[in-house]
Amino acid sequence: MTTTLPTTTAFGTSRTRVEGREKVTGAARYTGDIPLTGLAHGSLVLSTIARGRIRAIDDAAVRAMPGVLAALHHLNAPRVDGDYASLMGMAPDPTVRAFQDDRVPHWGWPVALVVAETPEQARAGADALVVEYAAEAHDTAFSAERADAYGVDGVVPATLAKGDEDAGLAASAVVVDASYTTPEEHHNPMEPHAATAYWQDGRLEVLDSNQGASWVAEDLAKAFGLAPGLVRVRSEHVGGGFGSKGVRVHQIAAVMAATELRRPVRVAMTRRQMFSLAGYRSPTAQRVRLGADPDGRLRVLSHGSVSQTSSVYEFVEPAAAAGRVLYDADAHRTSARVVRLDVPTPTSMRAPGMAPGSFALESALDELAERCGTDPVALRLRNEPAAGPLSGLPFAGRNLLACFEEGARRFGWADRDPRPRVRREGRWLLGTGTAAATFHAFAVPSTAAVTAWADGTFTVRIAAADIGTGSRTALQIVAADALRVAPEQVDVRIGDSAFGPAWLAGGSAGTSSWAWAITPAAEELRERLALGADIPADGLTVRSDSTAALAGQEPAERHSYGAQFAEVAVDPGTGEVRVRRMLGMFAAGRIVNPLTARNQLVGGMVWGVSMALHEEAVRDRASGALVGADLAGYHVASHADVAHIEADWVDDPMPGDPIGIKGVGEIGVVGAAAAIANAVWHATGVRHRQLPIRPDRVIAGESPDA
Amino acid sequence: MITSDPTASQTAGAIILHVNGEKHALTVDHRTTLLDALRERLDLTGTKKGCDHGQCGACTLLVDGRRSLSCLQLAVAAEGREITTIEGVAGQGADEGELHPVQQAFLEFDGFQCGYCTPGQICSAIAVIEEHAAGWPSAATGDVHPGAPPEPLTPEEIRERMSGNLCRCGAYTSIVRAVAHAAEAGAVRDARDEEAAA
Repeated sequence: MTTTLPTTTAFGTSRTRVEGREKVTGAARYTGDIPLTGLAHGSLVLSTIARGRIRAIDDAAVRAMPGVLAALHHLNAPRVDGDYASLMGMAPDPTVRAFQDDRVPHWGWPVALVVAETPEQARAGADALVVEYAAEAHDTAFSAERADAYGVDGVVPATLAKGDEDAGLAASAVVVDASYTTPEEHHNPMEPHAATAYWQDGRLEVLDSNQGASWVAEDLAKAFGLAPGLVRVRSEHVGGGFGSKGVRVHQIAAVMAATELRRPVRVAMTRRQMFSLAGYRSPTAQRVRLGADPDGRLRVLSHGSVSQTSSVYEFVEPAAAAGRVLYDADAHRTSARVVRLDVPTPTSMRAPGMAPGSFALESALDELAERCGTDPVALRLRNEPAAGPLSGLPFAGRNLLACFEEGARRFGWADRDPRPRVRREGRWLLGTGTAAATFHAFAVPSTAAVTAWADGTFTVRIAAADIGTGSRTALQIVAADALRVAPEQVDVRIGDSAFGPAWLAGGSAGTSSWAWAITPAAEELRERLALGADIPADGLTVRSDSTAALAGQEPAERHSYGAQFAEVAVDPGTGEVRVRRMLGMFAAGRIVNPLTARNQLVGGMVWGVSMALHEEAVRDRASGALVGADLAGYHVASHADVAHIEADWVDDPMPGDPIGIKGVGEIGVVGAAAAIANAVWHATGVRHRQLPIRPDRVIAGESPDA
Repeated sequence: MITSDPTASQTAGAIILHVNGEKHALTVDHRTTLLDALRERLDLTGTKKGCDHGQCGACTLLVDGRRSLSCLQLAVAAEGREITTIEGVAGQGADEGELHPVQQAFLEFDGFQCGYCTPGQICSAIAVIEEHAAGWPSAATGDVHPGAPPEPLTPEEIRERMSGNLCRCGAYTSIVRAVAHAAEAGAVRDARDEEAAA
């Protein structure tokens, strides 16, 4: 065997994406791009009421339409089990129970699937299907004042508290008590959810756009009562996910139709359908109370949040959790409550909890800095905790201060005049703002296989997903370094459930989890080869499972950190807000591939711009439907909204991680909207506590008494 | 590849599409968009469907050299037009594997993440560079009087002109760098060609 030992490792050097050429030439095949002989097309029919029952579905006329092969609905669809334990023991999204009964729990609930020979025929059939409903009174009115909001533990405990809040506030020289709201926000990955299902040799094959192929395969097996080995899910290229691409109705419907028709069926959501089928970020209503000494040292941190969920699922947006990491106080209380409404089920969306929560908490910190006459950066430095504020656990690599110090230096923060509304440039008022960021860093047990071939090349197999994160390229670098070969010698295969269980592209824990599995397998393989192991014709393979290694981790507070800086220009006449420049300085572990990591961090900050200024899904209380559920009615940041955004990082090796990495997918979003809102205050002197900071809100802020 | 072939009738028509220098005779449902005809009938799946409403730009391609949204036009109306998709932008004369300078710049500057909006971004960028070179103004152009001297293709100009192409991953800053680089490289090349011709 001949291998080239690289003189330097690939880790930390910028490398273009392994699949980059395929993506710039259009050769990369996403789910809906893969042709199959005999493919039929399914089109979903969604409810047009927000609550009630299906009284009748007359599918006879639709079945007689040209090309229509089937119309599936609750009267004839195959049965599925929707009560199984999915990811981390949680219940699956309720839309997996589509077509099982006549209940309609929200507007846009899937009620039927029309399958036809061509996409046009399927869509025409779906449009023509007449569904009669018995509508019931619905309630979609989310607000902070809901008396029926209740506390519930989600992925994190609902309430964590210590100390006496009221006594602490009474003893505080400075008190901030402010309420904040964030709207319903939708993921909108550019590639709509799509799945193609077919049976082959008694096995169910599913081509799907998802964030975790082994997760989807396991869930489909449970839902349809199949032996786990009978379902294979492949997801070679995925056009974005952001938390929305899990197990949803498109896979369920495609499997049902393929099973009924015994031919391949593709089901793709339309962009409009994604607004009720793909999950979303719940609106939040938050209240933050801070009590501090005159110098800004916190005595009280109290942060409560209310979010909404559907009548058929309990999903909590943990918006108050950021304070559990960022700041300590003698009296410390963070809580999440939820309201059940007749709305689609929300889910995790890029930086769940932390994105809306950091807007409220970091805006409140800025208000506290203003009241205390303390610089906002100095205020954060002053409140740096020595250990986990509630856990008491040591921090594993906390470099928030380094982010602020280096970020402030590069941004030119030291020259900042703290007074609001004193900088003008023509019609523009100028201001700068900052905010802290944090996001958890963890790894989840995964399996991997690394194979050596006689020609000196290697293959890594892991059911990872590359949803745009650059994970395929990062894992090639990780494996090459562990093998001590050049990255070009390593072929990384991902997106196939046949490779065994692995964590998904989520929680900013994808690359770290997959690296925990790949690294020991690659190292063991290298050792075996060094000892002279023979490579048989079918390769020499080492498999690994990181379960035991991860179980041995010492308890610690493991997080990424960041300092966000923004400069805005505000036109008080038109209400227009322009983000002129942003700098994000992060402590996010060792960086595997600077080229793609920077892109992802900046992308997160672009989400912050979008969240601060643009994104807002408006629900019509009369119909229970969204107003303008498309990319014209729901604006996400476009090229023209994004000026100079820069992301960089401080040295931050993660203690205890085999290669010292954390994650970069979500931390860029956290704090970005707060930094912008704080800059808008600095420009105008007006606090905006409701997102997005729309022109009408800016104009209203100019004449608060009107 | 796709077997479904709607029978010729009042709802279908036989057309010839000129795509990437090749002629394709096919019978299409009158409702079929150019986007779906390329993807489902000709297996040219590089052109993506992001919204099917003309709101995201993922389906952008070149029709008679100009950028165009393929989800908003019917295949039957595209007959006789010269259609260039991402699969054809490198040019018919390009060597195997040779990239268009804009494709090369997207690759080098990491002007994408998930890659789904990328074919549309690249087709749009190719047209943006040509539109700017031809003196077409944008909302970011300072002097729009006829005969005004040409202004450079600044990042602000690129951002304005590219705004019909959404990228939800948020790779905008890398995309703008890639487009600026490709435009500069193209300008250098053009100047060299003119010099050589003179």
